[in-house]
Amino acid sequence: MATHAVSGLRPEYERQLTDASDVGEVQRPLSMSERLWGSTPFRRFVMLIVLAVVWECYARFLSNPLLFPTFSETLATFWRDLVDGPLISRTFTSLQVLVLGYGAGLALAAVFTTLAVSSRIGTDLLSTLTAMFNPLPAIALLPLALIWFGLGIPSLVFVIIHSVLWAVSLNTHSGFRSVPETLRMSGRNYGLSGVRYVVLILIPAAFPAILAGLKIGWAFAWRTLIAAELVFGVSSRSGGLGWYIFEARAELLTAQVFAGLLTVILIGLFVESVIFRAIEARTVQRWGMQR
Amino acid sequence: MLMTEARTHRAEALGTVEATPLPVLLQVKGVTLQYKTPQHLVTATYRVDFDVHEADRFVILGPSGCGKSTLLKAVGGFMNPVEGSIRIRGREISAPGPNRMMVFQEFEQLMPWKTVLQNVLFPMKVSGRFKGADARERALSALAKVNLSKFADVYPHMLSGGMKMRVAIARAMAMEPDILLMDEPFAALDALTRRKMQEELLGLWDQLHFTVMFVTHSIEEAILVGSRILVLSPHPGRVRAELNSTGFGHGSVDHPDFGRLSKRIHDFLFEDELAVEARS
Ligand SMILES: Nc1ncnc2c1ncn2[C@@H]1O[C@H](COP(=O)(O)OP(=O)(O)O)[C@@H](O)[C@H]1O
Ligand SMILES: [Mg+2]
Repeated sequence: MATHAVSGLRPEYERQLTDASDVGEVQRPLSMSERLWGSTPFRRFVMLIVLAVVWECYARFLSNPLLFPTFSETLATFWRDLVDGPLISRTFTSLQVLVLGYGAGLALAAVFTTLAVSSRIGTDLLSTLTAMFNPLPAIALLPLALIWFGLGIPSLVFVIIHSVLWAVSLNTHSGFRSVPETLRMSGRNYGLSGVRYVVLILIPAAFPAILAGLKIGWAFAWRTLIAAELVFGVSSRSGGLGWYIFEARAELLTAQVFAGLLTVILIGLFVESVIFRAIEARTVQRWGMQR
Repeated sequence: MLMTEARTHRAEALGTVEATPLPVLLQVKGVTLQYKTPQHLVTATYRVDFDVHEADRFVILGPSGCGKSTLLKAVGGFMNPVEGSIRIRGREISAPGPNRMMVFQEFEQLMPWKTVLQNVLFPMKVSGRFKGADARERALSALAKVNLSKFADVYPHMLSGGMKMRVAIARAMAMEPDILLMDEPFAALDALTRRKMQEELLGLWDQLHFTVMFVTHSIEEAILVGSRILVLSPHPGRVRAELNSTGFGHGSVDHPDFGRLSKRIHDFLFEDELAVEARS
């Protein structure tokens, strides 16, 4: 209305749309090199090669295999111990213990989260315990584990459980709590309750958080295990990877120490970037719940 | 085509009052609803009465915070009244159930880990209402009704807001519930999409004559979508009026009757403020 006008009116106009058929290329496929450079695995692979070359050059320049073996020597040792050395059986021992501890940790985490979602006392219990034990490094419990369970697998499993349990329960529980109210109500609207409600609604809805918990738990467990094996690998009969590294150090076989570390890294990478990546791609990414 | 047919249908109804109302489906009597928070006891609605008849498009209209959602939740069975009773086909409502399907305003109501088709199938399967090939056929036909057949195998995150809302509506309708409960379903959409969705909902109603309870805070939407409007007072929600609004479509927004009804409702909703203004 007139009261809202500041100055004189400008003329109005209408237009016929211009022909847009000759704007040039609107969409074209990327070239091979553009596509390669756009792929994260490829870029990482290039990065790894560069690092290996730097390592090789520096070690050759240093030329002190006792302190810093070359990349090629490390690879050769790794290959030798893998094919007809102890590396496979050592790795296998470690993984066995890891699976045992990780599995037990997850089972306990499931119990704790069930308690936490089903009652307020359970919630308080979980929050208190996680607040207490989460900051405690699992390795710090090793002396206690040795007193209680002695040398051997039970002690290792005990510390792995400790390293998995709190991270996984905490993530799962906070995942459950952040499930949108409307989604919960839809679930109950269909008459779902109890276990069916948890399995069909809560777990998938909280899956991004649960998966994050599983990843953190795995990383903690793997680190804790290797460290624990290093501490009391000395007296165990069939040692794991930590023991392999420890042994090599005792005999000043530095290339073997490197080969052991390389194995630890490779397994870590494999689980993170192959197994967990595959799970992510099939679940949270396909569902658009992540990125 | 269907749309125009529907509109003339409604236009004919304009002015003529239906002679015999259909039987009562939902009875709400003296319902008081309260929330207990650690600090307060909040009374959301106070002694609300109304009846919803079959094939009603029953709109609950009221200012924000007056307890519309709470009332709908109670009908859904998510809350029990502290006073009064809610009955559907004569039976007291005590828990949520698939005979009352809810559609919410939020897009999160779709399960992101299921495709559009799986989302529609899910309630049918878990409630055991429809099974196997029958369920699938019904789901596909529900998706066809909301023009989403092409998107059956797409995950919800790839859909626009309006499409997500259509999936939610298809999912609820496919269950063939006694009553459809919609809580401001179009409030999060842009104006053009909202208008389109309102028309589509009316088009669906013209085909199927389902019963729906529709919550809104927009007077225009209430008149367009509803056949009967329950006007609630500001917090705590009490019944102020119940009005007929059959026969209005997007075509009749300029009709004087539309303006008159709109003005009447407006006066109900803002009478407190009007009184204050008059006094000062
Ligand atoms: N979960 C809750 N806890 C406590 N108070 C609530 C809760 N939900 C709603 N309320 C209160 O109840 C009243 C009605 O809310 P609601 O039904 O959501 O209103 P509307 O849908 O009409 O906007 C409001 O005063 C609101 O603050
Ligand atoms: Mg509301």
